[in-house]
Amino acid sequence: MNKSLSILTNIHDWLFSIMPEGVASIVEMVLIGVAYLGFFAIAGLFLVLLERRVAAWFQLRIGPNRVGYLGLLQTMADALKLVSKELTGTIKADKFLYNLAPYFVIVSSLMALAVFPFTKEIQAFDINIGVFFLIAISSIGVIGILIGGWASNNKFALIGAMRSGVQTISYELSIGLSLLTMILITGSLQLSEIVEVQKSGWLIVQGHVPAIIAFMIYMIAGTAETNRAPFDMVEAESELGAGFHTEYSGMKFAYFFLAEFINMFIIAAIATTIFFGAWLSPFGITESIPWLGVFWFMGKALILVFLMMWFRWTFPRLRVDQLLTLEWKYLLPINLVNILIMALIVWLNLTIKF
Amino acid sequence: MSYFSDIYKGIKTLLTGMSVTGKYFLNSRKGAITQQYPDNRATLKMFDRFRGEVIMPHDENNEHACTGCQKCEIACPNGTIEIIWDRGIDEDTGKKKKKIDQFVYHLSMCTMCALCIDVCPTDAIIWGQNFENSVYDRTKLTRVLNEPGSKVRAGIED
Amino acid sequence: MQPTIANTNFKTEPYQINMGPQHPATHGVLNLLLTIDGEIIKKVEPDLGYIHRSIEKMCERDSYQQIVHLTDRMDYLSSNINNEAVCLAVENALQLEIPERVKVIRTIIGELTRISSHCLWWGVMGMDVGALTTYFYGFRDREMLNDIFEETCGARLTMNYNVPGGLMLDIHPNFVKRVKKFVAHFKTKIPEYDRLLTDNVIFQKRTKGVGILSKEDAISFGVTGPVGRASGYSCDVRKYHPYSALDKVTFKECLKTEGDTFARYQVRIMELWESLSIVEQLIDNIPEGEHRVATNAVIKLPKGEYYQKVETARGELGVYIISTGTKNPYRLKFRSPGFSNLSALNHMAVGGKIGDLVATMATLDLVIPDIDR
Repeated sequence: MNKSLSILTNIHDWLFSIMPEGVASIVEMVLIGVAYLGFFAIAGLFLVLLERRVAAWFQLRIGPNRVGYLGLLQTMADALKLVSKELTGTIKADKFLYNLAPYFVIVSSLMALAVFPFTKEIQAFDINIGVFFLIAISSIGVIGILIGGWASNNKFALIGAMRSGVQTISYELSIGLSLLTMILITGSLQLSEIVEVQKSGWLIVQGHVPAIIAFMIYMIAGTAETNRAPFDMVEAESELGAGFHTEYSGMKFAYFFLAEFINMFIIAAIATTIFFGAWLSPFGITESIPWLGVFWFMGKALILVFLMMWFRWTFPRLRVDQLLTLEWKYLLPINLVNILIMALIVWLNLTIKF
Repeated sequence: MSYFSDIYKGIKTLLTGMSVTGKYFLNSRKGAITQQYPDNRATLKMFDRFRGEVIMPHDENNEHACTGCQKCEIACPNGTIEIIWDRGIDEDTGKKKKKIDQFVYHLSMCTMCALCIDVCPTDAIIWGQNFENSVYDRTKLTRVLNEPGSKVRAGIED
Repeated sequence: MQPTIANTNFKTEPYQINMGPQHPATHGVLNLLLTIDGEIIKKVEPDLGYIHRSIEKMCERDSYQQIVHLTDRMDYLSSNINNEAVCLAVENALQLEIPERVKVIRTIIGELTRISSHCLWWGVMGMDVGALTTYFYGFRDREMLNDIFEETCGARLTMNYNVPGGLMLDIHPNFVKRVKKFVAHFKTKIPEYDRLLTDNVIFQKRTKGVGILSKEDAISFGVTGPVGRASGYSCDVRKYHPYSALDKVTFKECLKTEGDTFARYQVRIMELWESLSIVEQLIDNIPEGEHRVATNAVIKLPKGEYYQKVETARGELGVYIISTGTKNPYRLKFRSPGFSNLSALNHMAVGGKIGDLVATMATLDLVIPDIDR
């Protein structure tokens, strides 16, 4: 059953045999980049459709089901429509920065996708500071939002971008600290090492009480990080304008829109890797079929994505000052106390291992 | 201490809210109240009293019941009904009688208030149930309700 | 404004923006001129008139039966109650004896209209504060009511079912059965509304202590309806000047004293329970009788001035007719509840944030065609 994964090593060997080494590694990197871009596009399209269908089922209606079987081609149709729109721009906008802003968010999402261990062999970039790299990359996405808002030359977009920026950098703190809580158990920042440690039980089971608290804080902070409801005061339709992407139309708006969904997937994928054992099956039932790992990973990530969609369609929005109160007065102190408790548990060897 | 009870109560209410929407999600297959409209025209049945548009029913001899009394034209608030009538000689009694030439009904102006149907003494006009009235050419919304060559049913004034 | 840093020419001043006529939060075409300083609101000035259709002027040209269909379109969410107001004014002026059956049916349909309007209000309230699913749940319940109305009256929104003298048609045979089924269904839904929105900690933090209106201010602005009752001002027309069959039913007047957004929300939810109990008391014993009293084909009111007030879902609607004995009124004026409620918005919103303004406006339950007529 290792045949399909040995395809990758076969391609690698074949490339290196027909070209000189430097060129072969560059060609290999380009191929991997294209593959991830393809995954990014398809995952984005699928997630948008999934959001619409799930929202419809919560709201007692049927989602898009006409374009293609079960509506699978709906997002393609939307993407074609967005491509055909005119790319408007404001007169006194800073042209270079205005065009640059969407690329920041896309690039940061793509870079974050590269480090996930979809299965034991499929991991594009296994750096030894994996978790640290992920948190650093998500901070780059904030720059895209701020530049987009400022370069639009629109005071509502600027207000929206400022509010979104402050929200994102506040909640990054909570994400970092809750991930740190789990690193205390694994002892290493490298993502493949973290998965190895989880072979004796998923991390959320190993560090029982503080791990569950850390997971809850991580989900709340993750939802806030991607500016999704209930934390989407910034781009709420019933407030003024549409936030930082008011002035964008056509393909550039599609970039922001797609990047939001991919960010949601990335938050879910980080939680899957660190809390739920990335490609490991529960109780090791399908360990003998390694390529099933991809399905386990995607399944767990999709369940967490569904959880985030459930939050969005149930809760009202928080006001901006209530958002910041939640972070600085509630999540941060609980996080710090949680790290202490986890450290105590690891020191006293009270973790549950199988 | 109220810090912790606040957190506990908050989480409990959030989870209750999620359970409400979750229940609807699980029943989504039979709970969806969408009617897939253009596909279900075969089974779509409106209520009897539904106000679609005003029609004048004709029986099998192409006769209607409108005597041209113009009560509906007076009752209509915004001039939707125009009756073009003439005085002709009645065949049976030989006296001069009103008869209608054309019953013009401007569907574009009608507010569906039912005052005309309410006031008609002979039930000549009733509610039709057709609601798909959109056209490409606005002149098609000015309808003539009596069929060409039709006449009043005999003995209707009694 | 004072310069904030001493030796630079850095001045801050509040700026004025339009929460424009087309806006998802203003429930109709309402233009609000906001003067804001950062996030704090300094002044709110409503700019009306975008949907003025000269209804009162048209009433001077129409006969009394034709006026009724214009009132449907004023406050379209409580259209039956508006129709009832004009019909009662005309009937009281002509001193007509209305059969009991008509009174009971008018009250039942009026209370069902109130429930329908509050269902839509609840859905939109959730949507304005961000919980987007509540819209659909509110509308699902409203669909059952629309079906009841469509079967009996023929239309779903602008019903024009009351005429001076009674009802245009007798109720459909299925009416009683459907209403009973609706009452049983809706009693299980209001606790669900509570669990989804009322008890939610985020919602309570958004609405408690926001947009406070004291009782003295409510009386001086002339705010009636649930908004006034949430501030402690006891003003239910159904209690003080009962009309139709309302003196025969027992119900509580829902009062609260805090006067903030959450209190207004709670008053409307309590009103849903009270309306359900009124419908339940009346539905089983609708008296037999005529559904219409014959009037002249051309109604002429005697010379004089007549006033009739009813309680719509928004507050007290008053119909004031000056008649000189001819077949059209000389002047007809509607005292609309939304107009007085809107005038209190500036007082409630100043000092708060824009998010608070949206929540406050959602609980005021404004329907702009009612204000602009």
